[in-house]
Amino acid sequence: MSPFLFWIFALLTVIFGAAVIINRNPVASALSLVVSFLGLAALFMSLNAYFIGIIQVLVYAGAVMVLFLFIIMLLDLRAEKGRQINWVASAAGLAVALILLGQILSVISHFGPAHQPFSALPRPTSDDVQNIGATLFRSYNLPFQIVGVLVLVATIGVVLLSKRETR
Amino acid sequence: MITLGDYLLVSAVLFVIGFAGVMVRRNLIIMLMALELMLNAANLSLVAFSRFRVDTIGLPNYNVQVFVFFIITVAAAEVAVGLAIVVALYRVRQTTDIKDISSLKF
Repeated sequence: MSPFLFWIFALLTVIFGAAVIINRNPVASALSLVVSFLGLAALFMSLNAYFIGIIQVLVYAGAVMVLFLFIIMLLDLRAEKGRQINWVASAAGLAVALILLGQILSVISHFGPAHQPFSALPRPTSDDVQNIGATLFRSYNLPFQIVGVLVLVATIGVVLLSKRETR
Repeated sequence: MITLGDYLLVSAVLFVIGFAGVMVRRNLIIMLMALELMLNAANLSLVAFSRFRVDTIGLPNYNVQVFVFFIITVAAAEVAVGLAIVVALYRVRQTTDIKDISSLKF
């Protein structure tokens, strides 16, 4: 991927990611999150991970965001206007976050491989769905089934949690 | 030339944005969204490492991509359960603000 496209999508992801936590209106936050996830999917595809990119669009930008928007509209949340911001707590939270950022950046700058460019792939990887499927079902068959059980348990849990109690 | 460090930089910034969202915002739904941002930042650095470590026959490391697939699945289940808890809470307390939910606070 050309550096120009990389920085375009990286900026898109980061700016709309920041918009998620800056917006006061939950609907605007959710829509910013969609754009951020789409930029992230483009970054995945730039790393030759086409399957992960498509799953990102389908699962996150599709299913998870519909879930978020549905809940926001179901609860009829308004933009939180009247609430005063606790400036001390917010400043402390931001300070901790910035310290974390500085620490991660210093680790990255001292990490040798971080300064090397990506090596070229000798073969095209457009059939990476086949490769991921082979890895998933050969090496990770048991974890795959455990994840299936996890999703089943989550489904039952959600149904039980959102059921109205009838006594 | 785009290096591995550039992807790790974007991932770090995205993770810190999500972290700041959990620390600063007081709305449960926005906090769940910020959690999703953090999970996605971790996914981005995992996929970057998968592309960086090309194996002997010239393919990316697909073990990592399977791991990312599992993370996405578990994150979707987590969001579903989290939002169900938010709805159940809203039914009882009529709020999604964590300042109003302090019964377990020490």
